[in-house]
Amino acid sequence: MSVAEYFPMLKQFLPSGLQDPPPRFTGPNGKPVHGLVAQYSAVDPVCDAAEKVRDAGFTAWDLHSPFPIHGVEDVMGFKRTKLPYISAIVGLTGAGLGYLMQWWMSGNYEIVVQGKPPTAWEPYVPIIFEAGILLTAFATIGAMFAMNGLPRLHHPLFTHEAFLDSSDDKFFVYIEAKDEKFDMERTRTLLESTGADRIDVIEDE
Amino acid sequence: MSTIHPDQAAAEQLMGKGAAAGGSLPDPGDGSLIEDPGVRAPLVLNNRGFGEITEIVCGYAEKPYPDKLMLMLLGLSATLAGVCGLMILYLIITGVGVWGLTNQVDWAWDITNFVFWIGIGHAGTLISAILCLFKQKWRTAVNRSAEAMTIFAVICAGLFPAIHVGRIWFIWMVFPIPNANGIWPNFRSPLLWDVFAVSTYFTVSALFWYMGLIPDMATLRDRAHKRMLQAKRAGEKVFLPDMIRAYTFGALAGGWRFSSRHWHRYEVAYLILAGISTPLVLSVHSIVSFDFATSVMPGWHTTIFPPYFVAGAIFGGFAMVLFLLIPAREIYPNMKDILTLRHLENMSKIILVTGMMVGFAYTMEFFIAWYSGNKYEAFIFVNARALPTWLSADGAPYWWAYWIMISCNVLSPQVFWKRSMRTNPLVIWIVALLVTIGMWFERFVIIVTSLHRAFLPGEWHMFHPTPVDILTFVGSCGIFLTLFLLFMRFLPMFAMAELKAVTPQAHRHDKNDPLHAHDEHEEGGH
Repeated sequence: MSVAEYFPMLKQFLPSGLQDPPPRFTGPNGKPVHGLVAQYSAVDPVCDAAEKVRDAGFTAWDLHSPFPIHGVEDVMGFKRTKLPYISAIVGLTGAGLGYLMQWWMSGNYEIVVQGKPPTAWEPYVPIIFEAGILLTAFATIGAMFAMNGLPRLHHPLFTHEAFLDSSDDKFFVYIEAKDEKFDMERTRTLLESTGADRIDVIEDE
Repeated sequence: MSTIHPDQAAAEQLMGKGAAAGGSLPDPGDGSLIEDPGVRAPLVLNNRGFGEITEIVCGYAEKPYPDKLMLMLLGLSATLAGVCGLMILYLIITGVGVWGLTNQVDWAWDITNFVFWIGIGHAGTLISAILCLFKQKWRTAVNRSAEAMTIFAVICAGLFPAIHVGRIWFIWMVFPIPNANGIWPNFRSPLLWDVFAVSTYFTVSALFWYMGLIPDMATLRDRAHKRMLQAKRAGEKVFLPDMIRAYTFGALAGGWRFSSRHWHRYEVAYLILAGISTPLVLSVHSIVSFDFATSVMPGWHTTIFPPYFVAGAIFGGFAMVLFLLIPAREIYPNMKDILTLRHLENMSKIILVTGMMVGFAYTMEFFIAWYSGNKYEAFIFVNARALPTWLSADGAPYWWAYWIMISCNVLSPQVFWKRSMRTNPLVIWIVALLVTIGMWFERFVIIVTSLHRAFLPGEWHMFHPTPVDILTFVGSCGIFLTLFLLFMRFLPMFAMAELKAVTPQAHRHDKNDPLHAHDEHEEGGH
């Protein structure tokens, strides 16, 4: 995702290197085309369509469904996310910080309890554990949002009223115009061949 | 006597040839209780489609005006919550002496209420995390409300230790905050571990709940947005609550657009959160039990406390889930399609299992008190807890509290051995109420009976609650109920996306796979 896409309000200030490439296609309203969206009403047809789009070699495309479809990774052909590594690294860092905090504070202000050494590690275990869990939780949700390019206040798809049913009971395949293989005519023909209920052009605003 | 082979009888019955003499399958109830091995019990009844699930669940949150019952309950619970606020104010400006605490019984209702509420919170995490890891799909009917309950219960729980410290303006000293005196908390104290455990638990539960809510808030956002567009097209005025919904849920859902690439990371993240919440929930109640177990008080100083407390927490939490959801299921339209009798039966079974675990712990405490040969321990269990005063002059003045605990927690769930009992919502509701009462008494028994008969008879004191004690506890129930009613009113009570994903039509039917080609009822289910 480009900087300009995520912060459209910054477009005018960005150096040319970070600008979006000039639009290749123009939509019916004379604005640059963002993509083509096809609508389906059940899981089977949308998965069949997704397999066709995958096999056609598209990369900048997506399947929108009201719930996670089981096995969609294979249908769309993408790899398992690296998110767990982020969780693990941050979680272990959290546990380490939990230990360091207790070790430093106990050494800095020594409280003698039962004659035990002030910086013995054993009593620190519960808080080390809790600190690790806390940071893992924040890292997991934070990484999920960041890797998804969220939160964002708007997306061109939301200008398409029928797309709002993706949160209810409809399924969509969306191919973005920035994909190298994208072509208004040929991509539309491909989507038509999948038996979509309707196909619409999504324009930038 | 039948001459027909039992297998044949079952086969004939499956084919609809009536109850053959060889044996009969139990009554399927509302359809979810079906025990036919060839059919998976449906998780959502009446073949509800995706759109219908959205309509049913969003319908609860989008009703333009609340009904009378909701307003009455909310008025009552908000009043109680206000009373709680006044009692806390009175406590802070006067001192903890307004409670019935004495020099000997220096923990009583405050810590009882703390452990009671934090325990209730644990069922939410159990349902959302542990049942998720075990792939128990029936959790989808209850996880959202159970998680909400967790958060509200932890809010009530956090209140009591905070106000029981007396000089609440020094409460910051429990946190490791740099200060002019250069002092730091005592990291060897289980009370401090408790601060970290409970605050981590609250934060992680809230994050988990929020994450589950993202897609459903996006659904509410899209529906409100659609109604706004429709009103604009018709030239009508936009309904203000729809506008508020579109903007609030729009911001909270963070621009969720139901992308499969997003769903993939979302599911992995959800699984990680479930994976870390499971040891978290076990650690939190173990640490709560350390508050007692690491002391030298007879009746507290036992190694069985951590597992015993965790089992009790799950037990009490499930009872509270059932206590709240059974009336809701009767009142809200179509909720019985989502929260089926099978769900209630499953939760009743968990109540039975955890009730037996708690009963085992009660027994084991007695056994160890005798087997260890520790006479102080034995004295606490016999002469401070169980032995009624009308049997012996050395009896326990709190024997009634002990026996309320035993009858509510160990005896009352035993009715669930019978199938007709654990599928009867009224019976389940009554048992859930009894268990909730029993679990409050369990904490009261543990805390007060140990303290009121300490080592020196000269320190023996009875505990008498004051009206402030009682009103603070009743008021905390008001806080809990107010928050829960507001949740029922404004947020989706069921995880819609997850419910849709467990319906049969959510699965792809692979044309090349003969196993999946024939029937829909193969999929979904338990």
